[in-house]
This record gives sequence, C-alpha cells and structure tokens, in this order.
Amino acid sequence: MTPVQPQSVKELEVVARRMRRNILTMISRANSGHPGGSLSSVEIVTALYFNIMKHNPADCTWPERDRFVLSKGHAAPLLYAVLAEWGYISVEELSTLRQIDSRLQGHTECRLVPGIEMSAGALGQGLSFSIGVALAARLNNEKHHVYTLLGDGECDEGQVWEAAMAAAHYKLDNLTAIIDNNGIQLDGRNRDIMNIEPLAPKWAAFGWYVIEADGHSFKELIDAFHKAGQIKGQPAVVIAHTVKGKGVSFMENNPDWHGKAPTPEELGRALRELE
Amino acid sequence: MADVSLRETYGKTLAELGKDNADIVVLDADLSKSTMTKFFAKAFPDRFFDVGIAEQNMIGIAAGLAASGKIPFASTFAVFAPGRCFDQVRMSVAQPKQNVKIVTTHGGITVGEDGITHQAIEDLALICSLPGMTVIVPADALETALAVRAAVETEGPFYIRLPRLNLPVVLDEKYKFVIGRAVELRPGNDVTVMAIGIMVAPALQAADNLKSEGIGCRVLNMSTIKPIDEDAIIKAAGETGAIVTAEEHLEHGGLGSIVARAVGKHYPVPLDYIALHTYAQSGKPQELLQRYGLTAANIEKSVKAILKRKK
Repeated sequence: MTPVQPQSVKELEVVARRMRRNILTMISRANSGHPGGSLSSVEIVTALYFNIMKHNPADCTWPERDRFVLSKGHAAPLLYAVLAEWGYISVEELSTLRQIDSRLQGHTECRLVPGIEMSAGALGQGLSFSIGVALAARLNNEKHHVYTLLGDGECDEGQVWEAAMAAAHYKLDNLTAIIDNNGIQLDGRNRDIMNIEPLAPKWAAFGWYVIEADGHSFKELIDAFHKAGQIKGQPAVVIAHTVKGKGVSFMENNPDWHGKAPTPEELGRALRELE
Repeated sequence: MADVSLRETYGKTLAELGKDNADIVVLDADLSKSTMTKFFAKAFPDRFFDVGIAEQNMIGIAAGLAASGKIPFASTFAVFAPGRCFDQVRMSVAQPKQNVKIVTTHGGITVGEDGITHQAIEDLALICSLPGMTVIVPADALETALAVRAAVETEGPFYIRLPRLNLPVVLDEKYKFVIGRAVELRPGNDVTVMAIGIMVAPALQAADNLKSEGIGCRVLNMSTIKPIDEDAIIKAAGETGAIVTAEEHLEHGGLGSIVARAVGKHYPVPLDYIALHTYAQSGKPQELLQRYGLTAANIEKSVKAILKRKK
C-alpha cells in the first residue's frame, strides 16, 4: 500500500498546476472534451488523492482503499491526470485521450483503466453506486471511506435526490459527496437554465451534514474532508464553491468552455498562464 | 398437480440460497410483498434493502454492491425494470458488466386488472438490446428455482422475468437447466413451436391436440432468450421447416424477433408469431389471454396455417 504522505499546500499547488496543464494538453490534442468542469475540480481531486485518501497504485483492487467515484464523468481528463500523477497510468498515455484503441475513453470506463471505480458519463448515477459501495463496506465491516464528486448541474437529475434520501436513510457516515458548485452547466448559468440553488439547505433537508468550502483553497478543502470524516450517523456533503475553467483567464466563468477543446494557439496561451 | 407461484418460488429460493452464500444481497423498490423478496427480507434483514419507490437508485446501489463483490438481486415489477431505469441498467450494469441480477415479476398482460400502465410487454425488447445481458423467462416454478441458482453461480448481469400468475408445472425433476440452451419438451418433425414463460403450457397443449390430428409438433422451451440457442433454432428450421413462436410480449423485440433474426440469417423457413401487437386493457388474466390470442387454440390455428406455407 501507499500511505498518504500529506503534502504542503505549496506542494499541492505545484501538482494542481501540472494537472491543469496535462488536462488542457490532452483535451487540445484530442480536439474534444470538457475543460471547464475538469479545471473547476482540480483542487478537490488533488486534495483527496494526495492528502486524504488511502490508495495503492500498485494494487488498485486493494480492499482497504478509499474509493473515489467520479459521478460527473465528463471530468474524465481530470481523473486521468491524477491517475497519471500516481502511476496508475503513464503520463505518456494521456496523449491518447479519446482516440481509437485508447483506454482513455471520452467518459470514464472502469473496466479499461486501473483505479477507476465506476463507468460514468450519463449524469446522476454516481451517488447511487456509491451507496452500494458504502453499504457493502458496512456489511463487510470495512473501514474505508467513499468520496463521490458531482457537478452542481448534475443535481438537476432526479436520481441524485433519490440517492440523497437513501444515503441519509441508511445513515452512511462512510460516504462523503462533494459538489463542484461552479454555477455553470452546458447551456449557460444554472440560475438561468435550471436554478439548483440553494444547495446547502436542500442537502441539509435531505438529512446530510453540510460543509461549505472554497473549492480552490487546499486548506479549506482538507479541513472540510477531515470534518466530514468525523461525522457520525449521517453522510456529509462538501459544497465546494468553484470557478468553472479555473486557472485560465479566458476560460474562467465562461459557459462556452464547458465542452470545447482549446486550439493549439489557445492551449499555448493557457499553458503560459499555468507555468 | 396444482399451479405453482413462480414468484413465491423465487423469494423462497433466494432465502434458501442466502443461508450458504453470505454475498447474496437483495434490493426491492417497495414491492417486496408482491415480488416475494419478503422471504429473504425476513430471513436476512441486514442483507435486504428496500429503497422505496426509486428504481433508478435501486439499480445504481445494486451496481455499487456488485462492484464490491456482493451478488445483488434487484426486484420490482417488469414494467418498472428496465422501463423506469433503462439508462441505469445500461451504464451502471451492462456496460461495466456488473454482477447484478434483476428479477422482475408481473411480466406481460396477465397482471390483468391493473391495466396497461402495469402490463410489461416491452421489457424483453429493451433488456435484450443490451450487450452482455443474460435474459431468462422461466416456464414454471421448477425452472425459476434453477434459473435463480444459475444466476448466483454465473458472473455477469442477468434479467429474469416472472409472471404474477401461478403456472402449471411443465418440467419434471430430471430437467436440467443450462443457460442458453433450448429444451425439447415434445418431439415432432412437421413444425416447431418455440415458447417462453406462460406460453409454454399452451404450446404443449396445442402440440398434444395436433398430435391427435396426425401433426408432429416439436415444442421447444426457449427460456434463455439471450443468448438465444441458435443451434436449436437452425436444427428446428432444418428438420421441421416451419416455426411458430409464442410469448407474452410485443411482437417487436421479443422471442419472435430474436428467432426471426437467427432463422433469416442461417436457415430461412416460414415463421409466425403468437404475440401482442399493441397495448391491451384491464381485465381478468384469462379473459385477456383469450382476447389477445395467447392461447393453445391460436397456436394450433397458426400451426395449421404455416404448414400450408411450407415448401
């Protein structure tokens, strides 16, 4: 196993910048993909994989591993980037994203890539899956924790709320949901397309312990995950306030970058901002 | 012998298998008194999850349990799975080949008085469209128990469809259930009737009546409709030269469609389909079967007509 070696915030920031560069480079090379929602979740995923979760790149089926379930499957480039950081896949393989015969499908496929718990892409299904994983852990008396990343737009899906109700009903304190609350979905701003706010009282009303955090502050995220891990008798949700396209000035807060690849020229500008 | 409940057999079989296999877990969507998963719930309350009226969530939870090494059985009415949760079955179960067993009851029109909202006649078309699913429609209680055991012992996603009605026992204790294998229940070389589920007993009755008229009607129980037994179909086409299918499902996408694909590709012979052509209505099960032609008499009629089309 690889015990988690807590990194300093400074070290985490270096990792996050490198992951952003890898995300944009692989999407640009594929000439399709979803940069906006990958960039908004970089700190969340980095904090989990470097400072919070127990996991083992040498054995992705290690029973005691904490589980990361990416429900917003269009952020696949982000998951591939962090798996490459840990050697589950090679950095070189990232350049095969979305190409024929690559393991790196446009949306995640769990049977192809080591370290991916669930196939995702059609939104709204990851929390239900995570409940199953958390219930199995309880039945087996296993102590690992399940972290599930959802988009805020994804919360439009009714199944999310079926699952929210059930996780609280089953008192799953070994499950933490994280909402990437970037305020933007494919067609525009959530408040214009389908207003999902207020998120915090909704989740609280469904029986969850709600923690709000700046989704780009490693300190706030790590504190939030530690707090979530201590909650007993109910699941916890971290509502992470984020910026879609975070880190690239011309992508930030712009719905156009939900699902569009940067041209080589745009990639160059983005990479210079991320040096 | 009196008719026997397939769903009660299902529930009791699960409870029995649960004794020796701690990995078996069962989910239901607020229908456990009807699907009969209540027997398992009573025996193993810690391994039973009633998710309420939320079929999409049920399938997702089942997928997560399966990914963690459990053998989840998820039950509801055939009208709600896969109908209400098709994309969950598709993306969370079929695509990643999760070891989820979906067992539905109240398939077809013999749910009866509840009407067309509750009559599942499209479920087989939907579920058979998914690569990698094993789909079984047992003919009686005995085969139900054997199919459930096979599902436990065989890795991969399953769909088993049961009726509300009690059915006559058409198989005997020597019967060996093998996934993907059709079983000949009556010999004959003039025509073949291929049937599933509640239509197996009428097919046998039709064959017996036809025999007294000198017509040799082979009857095959096609309980595994995916993967279908193509060898048995080709053999029947070659040896009997005409095939009638019988199922409590729409003509589109069920047994008839699947047999037609195999026959058309490998050994074209005249075909006819005893099946439903549109939505039915409320009524007593036997009234509905009569009204919509799912009867032994209609099978006989079809056989006599198809014999004239044989070359």
